[in-house]
Amino acid sequence: MEYVAAAALGFAGGTLGGLVGVGGGVLFVPALAIFLDESQVRAEGTSLLAIVFVAFVGAWRQFGYGNLRLRDGFVLGAVSPLGVAIGVAVANAVSERVLELLFAALAIAIAVQLLGRTLKRPSPQAPRGREGAGPPP
Amino acid sequence: MAIATVAGTFSGLLGVGGGTVIVPLLILWLGYGEREATGTSLAAIVVIAAYATVGQALYGNVDAADAAVVGVPAIFGVVAGTALQQRLPERAVALLFAALLIATAVELIF
Repeated sequence: MEYVAAAALGFAGGTLGGLVGVGGGVLFVPALAIFLDESQVRAEGTSLLAIVFVAFVGAWRQFGYGNLRLRDGFVLGAVSPLGVAIGVAVANAVSERVLELLFAALAIAIAVQLLGRTLKRPSPQAPRGREGAGPPP
Repeated sequence: MAIATVAGTFSGLLGVGGGTVIVPLLILWLGYGEREATGTSLAAIVVIAAYATVGQALYGNVDAADAAVVGVPAIFGVVAGTALQQRLPERAVALLFAALLIATAVELIF
């Protein structure tokens, strides 16, 4: 049962990843920690491995849809190892609670900026009725 | 460059690919469209998560079998998610992203 729940959260994480361009770790980490009994740090390490494959497939699909600036993507990836090295070392040294609060603060700050920008923009051309919930009954 | 370093740090820190940071910064700082930001983010995540996986593996923090339990269904999910995204207005993608960020923050705090 735990495996089914973890797999379901995995599917949801992948769907979310495809929708909003993240790897899905936001759901993979709790799936691994809660249902597969991994510690927070181990869940994060394991999540990263899953993300490599999920993001690859997602990027490949987006490339097909014409939504990928390949050069920018690789530049972003290529210059990030410094940051990753810092992050991995800190994650193994700092208390989990500090990590959680740090990330929460960052997420809220970015959300506020994004909301401000999106709501200020003039009304979209696209049909509004298709936002949010699924297809009409 | 700044985006990449910030994203990389959070990726290694939190076990996420860094997309949570990359997507909004591509939109807010570099003027990307939402769909383009999400597609480009996924490509960057492949590279970033690969580095970070190696780093965590050196600390013995990677369980390949468990990764498959969540990762294999997630691959089907990402195909569905990218397809669904093409049918949504970009504004909806931005709002969805903001909602994701707030939900993440709430979950982390409590």
